[in-house]
Amino acid sequence: MNIVVCVKQVPDTATERKLRSDDKTLDRDAADGVINELDEYAVEEALKLKEAHGGEAAVTVLTMGPAKATETIRKALAMGADKAVHLTDDALHGSDALSTSYAMAQALGRIGFDLVVLGSESTDARTGVLAAMLAERLGVAQLTQAKKVEVSGTSIAVERVTEYGYDKVEATLPAVVSVVEKINEPRYPSFKGIMAAKKKPVETLSVADAGIAADQVGLAGAWSEVAEFAAAPPRGAGTIVKGDGDGGTKTADFLVTKKFI
Amino acid sequence: MNTPDPHDFLAVDRDLSEEERAIRDTVRDYSRTELLPHVADWFDEGTIADPRGVAKGFGALGVFGMHLSGYGCAGTNAVSYGLACRELEAVDSGLRSFVSVQGSLAMTAIHRYGSEEQRQEWLPPMAGGDAIGCFGLTEPDSGSDPGSMRTRARRDGSDWVLSGTKMWITNGSIADVAIVWAATDEGIRGFLVPRGTPGFSANVIHKKLSLRASITSELVLDEVRLPDAARLPAADGLRAPLSCLSEARYGIVWGAAGAARACLEATLDYTGSRVQFGRPISGFQLTQRKLADMLVDVNQSMLTALQIGRLKDAGQAHHSHISFGKMANVRAAQRVAALARGLHGANGVTLEYPVMRHMANLESVATYEGTEEVHALTLGQTLTGVPAFR
Repeated sequence: MNIVVCVKQVPDTATERKLRSDDKTLDRDAADGVINELDEYAVEEALKLKEAHGGEAAVTVLTMGPAKATETIRKALAMGADKAVHLTDDALHGSDALSTSYAMAQALGRIGFDLVVLGSESTDARTGVLAAMLAERLGVAQLTQAKKVEVSGTSIAVERVTEYGYDKVEATLPAVVSVVEKINEPRYPSFKGIMAAKKKPVETLSVADAGIAADQVGLAGAWSEVAEFAAAPPRGAGTIVKGDGDGGTKTADFLVTKKFI
Repeated sequence: MNTPDPHDFLAVDRDLSEEERAIRDTVRDYSRTELLPHVADWFDEGTIADPRGVAKGFGALGVFGMHLSGYGCAGTNAVSYGLACRELEAVDSGLRSFVSVQGSLAMTAIHRYGSEEQRQEWLPPMAGGDAIGCFGLTEPDSGSDPGSMRTRARRDGSDWVLSGTKMWITNGSIADVAIVWAATDEGIRGFLVPRGTPGFSANVIHKKLSLRASITSELVLDEVRLPDAARLPAADGLRAPLSCLSEARYGIVWGAAGAARACLEATLDYTGSRVQFGRPISGFQLTQRKLADMLVDVNQSMLTALQIGRLKDAGQAHHSHISFGKMANVRAAQRVAALARGLHGANGVTLEYPVMRHMANLESVATYEGTEEVHALTLGQTLTGVPAFR
């Protein structure tokens, strides 16, 4: 089984994140890059599926991003992935979700896969749509928001998290699965894994290598545009519920309006 | 020009390789997530709640004997090992001690002086954290002068019979194997004593005021009979255990820098949010003077550690370099911890904050693995050519 895990390098959420004033894209030099947290869960799930198949599977890491995204590739390789493909090209700078899905789908078509696994959203863009877009472009089943994945032969079953519980969804491979943090507990890379990661193959693909039309990606090819941006306003004072023996009821009423209960 | 990072002011980590950086980040992430939330409780209780679980976790990462080669060890360079010690001791000196004793003392003794059979038997499970080792050199009446040890090993046919007491032995009571050093008619020799060998017992030392998140024991050897195959064949004299200690001290050089850094970080955090006289106390001149002194000590000790690490990887670290680092960095860490404790006011004496825990731990770190006096004499001998130990 060929498993491809899509991982994204994102700015560390612990640091201040900025947009660039010139082209309104993310300032990737302003913060340390780390692997998108949910993608770590995706790597873990891919490794677990490989282990469940008695090693009769290969896990390939695919990332799209600038040169420094190799750090994120190394992390996934150190965790245990077998090889990696790095889609990197200046022409990709500024791609939105739709053009990213096009570029990634082209790369995935070139790599070949039975199963694509990725985090259900990234901590920077937070669109949460890439899995669905990839499945649509690739013409394969989409199983999103998975908290449990089982593969048996060519069939795949997931538990898909919903607002009220979970759905059981089944499909036939090939498929795209996006995972949520309930699915597993990602392993720490071992030192042996870190040392072995250096020697694992990393293939670099340009836009031309992957057969991507350069005018359909990057800022020029994006279907959406950041018109303007502003710093988040400071937090409001919040609501104080004064209890007069009915504090519990008032609090519950408030939570109902926010749909927490 | 960017403002320097307060957590790595001199950018000491700038020239680390990608692999060294990955190891640093992994240990930092692991220690902060898996160990830091428990360490104050362990310190309070005077033990590690599940030492085998902690060992398994370290084993899975590959920390034990990480700079040794083969036999299930990761085979990293010395700087990577130092970085791991730094990040572990930033959480607690007891955890770094756990790793030092297992990897630098017990495993190094077997790796360097053991037979092939001994290496095959013990190193893979010790690297994986499935077996725990301890190292018995110090005795109740023999500390800085290990040559005065009273533990004896005498020949009896083809066997050896060991009698004596070892003191201040980290992980002694939970160890699966003890490396015990004993005087023989031919000089000092090392022996592997498995747990459960008749006549061998270990007692936990209670009522410590330092390294409380660590298990410390006394080993008692009462006519313990061992075959000659239990002797470390290549260990010939006191030089053997001292060479293992030099490895462990190398870890302390880095670890002390980690403890100091943790004290500075906690203090920056605390003084930035503690308001007195209408403003954060970090804004007062007397506080800033102390913060500046701490910053200098922390960064100088990190530089010292990295330089000694690079020398070690180049095969050029003399044992007196290690003495320099141990003496300088532990002293610096003690200064930083004391200032940190003071700047935390009354809060600083509780386990809600890490500073007095570090301060208390460093009291042990200052004396074990060679007191400051011994290291000063080592440096004096290297400088003058005259040994002044006795």
